Amino acid sequence: MNNSLLVLIASSAIVYGTPLLYAALGELLAERSGVLNLGVEGMMLVGAAMGFFVVQRLDGPGPLALGAAIAVAAVAGAAIASIHAFLVITLRASQIVSGLAITIFAGAAGLSSYLANDLDLAQSPARHVFGPILPHSLQSLPVAGPLLFAQTALVYASWALTAAVAYYLARTRPGLELRAVGESPGAADAVGINVTAYRYVHTLVGGALAGVGGACFSLSITPQWLDGLTGGAGWIAIALVIFAFWRPDLCLVGAYVFGAFSALPFILQARGVTVAPELFQALPYLMTVVVLVAVSTGAVRRHLGAPAALGRPYVREER
Amino acid sequence: MRLERRASTPRWLQVAVPLGSVAIAFVVSAVVLLVTGHNPLHTYRRLFEAAFTDPGALSSTLTAATPLCFTGLAAAVAFRVGLFNIGAEGQLYMGAIAAAGVALALAGQGAVVQIAAMIIAGAVAGAAWALIPGFLRAFASTNEIITSLMLNYVAALFLNYLIFDTLSPWRDTSSPGAEQFPQGRTLPDAAAWPTLSLGTDLLIPFGLLVAVVLAGGVTVLYRRTRFGFEAAVIGDSPRAARYAGMRTRRNILLVMGLSGLLAGVGGASQDGDFRHLLDPRGLAQPGYGYTGIVVAALARYNPFAVVVVAFLIGGLSNAGYALQGADFPAGLVGVMQGIILFCALGGEVLVRYRVRVGRSAPVEAAHAT
Repeated sequence: MNNSLLVLIASSAIVYGTPLLYAALGELLAERSGVLNLGVEGMMLVGAAMGFFVVQRLDGPGPLALGAAIAVAAVAGAAIASIHAFLVITLRASQIVSGLAITIFAGAAGLSSYLANDLDLAQSPARHVFGPILPHSLQSLPVAGPLLFAQTALVYASWALTAAVAYYLARTRPGLELRAVGESPGAADAVGINVTAYRYVHTLVGGALAGVGGACFSLSITPQWLDGLTGGAGWIAIALVIFAFWRPDLCLVGAYVFGAFSALPFILQARGVTVAPELFQALPYLMTVVVLVAVSTGAVRRHLGAPAALGRPYVREER
Repeated sequence: MRLERRASTPRWLQVAVPLGSVAIAFVVSAVVLLVTGHNPLHTYRRLFEAAFTDPGALSSTLTAATPLCFTGLAAAVAFRVGLFNIGAEGQLYMGAIAAAGVALALAGQGAVVQIAAMIIAGAVAGAAWALIPGFLRAFASTNEIITSLMLNYVAALFLNYLIFDTLSPWRDTSSPGAEQFPQGRTLPDAAAWPTLSLGTDLLIPFGLLVAVVLAGGVTVLYRRTRFGFEAAVIGDSPRAARYAGMRTRRNILLVMGLSGLLAGVGGASQDGDFRHLLDPRGLAQPGYGYTGIVVAALARYNPFAVVVVAFLIGGLSNAGYALQGADFPAGLVGVMQGIILFCALGGEVLVRYRVRVGRSAPVEAAHAT
């Protein structure tokens, strides 16, 4: 039963969806503050490289090394995001051009490759990887075993994070203030919310989560170093935020839907079904376009659409 | 420290800022190199040699610069009027697919017919692909940034599909080896675009000349025509344009179409000038569309400056390929391009704003009370 096609697809959807979920939750927080960061792919790759480096070089028990790796990946992602934050928040540069510059700077032909080369990451597989953490008896339960109990700590942490972000946005004062900053920075400023600080913090947290998402690849999915190993997941994460109407709970669902599309071609191929893999790979992008069109119109836009100030610098003197 | 918007920008600043950005970027990159244990002077000398002075280097730099001219122009025409078409990547692929398809279909025709047909096919396909986000923006007010970006991936997957996962007319099916290592079918000889040779080893691709002509055309269009004026007004203030009775939707479609057209001809030039077959990996790997946005931003969206900047960035990319491994750190090209762009974006603040240090302005004082 645990080998049935459906269970297989669902469990790989979770595996492939997890990095998307981390990166998308991060991007969601940044976008909710009004900062669009198209540099997710670059931040993920640098996080992946630095996380992998820590695991290779830090002596000590596996869990400690992995924990340190995730922390370093998060710091690396946030460091890259800080460049974007400074350019677009303080210097009011174009968010689009700056985000693309981040991807070019940090991406597969940039800093991540430079670091991997200088730190000699490519020569060996990861010394420690994230594996299932719950007892075997639970993992072999029908259906629930592979889906719920055979997952890595990264997956469980991502579930907790989704709940935390949802709670933060809906129930806490800073979360509500964050939404105000993204919808109407002028009004937020008028009631004494520090728009600049909110934007900086959430852009950096977004970068940190992108870094963790990247580390999911180098420490769990493909535990080795290859230039560009995220393979465009950063762009899918940006799409996912839109697909999820900027809501964390829907991000979780969307991440697994998109994860399933990434995993399906491999699974079907292993079963002897030959379908052009491009068809499934194109679906997340096409679905995102459709969703974006659907939320662009009138009333829907107000309830489900993008934060109203997304992409716009806030200048107090010009409000 | 505060920023005050400038009423007008002195001309010298518009030139000085990009030049200063490049200079600062080289200094910052040198620090990166030093910190990671490389000798920046040595790396820069090799970079300069491999980009411009080694035998054949200048021709390779022109080869690398040609697609960047097209995608740079594509980004410039859209970005300068506030339409963020970041889909030049996909529009270039679609142009390359159409041009290769036409060249294969017209096998046996003369070179003039072939070249003209390829340029037209590339232009039409690129424009059509850009008009998808264009229409969605004009009629459903859907943000063109994300839709054009998403369509890049769809185009890339379509391109892969044509060569790797189907027996399309674009794919080479002539030999059994082609089954194992799928690749594009070689285009007819007449579809190879001519090169202009200057001196002994300087070859100028035909596509580069096309790009320069298009840059001239774009300049005239934006400086001298009603369309250019209206596009600029719509970019600055859509509301003012609507009150003035300008047809916003039509102009959005025209700008997006023009942008896609330029990228599409770039795709045709890839087929005709350099690759002579439909080559998914070769087209996707350098990221011409994204680098084109770097070029356009650094050129401050001025068409002729795009050509100059494309030459410099092309030199950098070319040196990156030529020097791979040996004494040139992997990934340095991307790092340097990124830093140059960061500096240009940061420098932009000097062009648009006056930086005031110290005393607070009366406006702020009024807010405080």
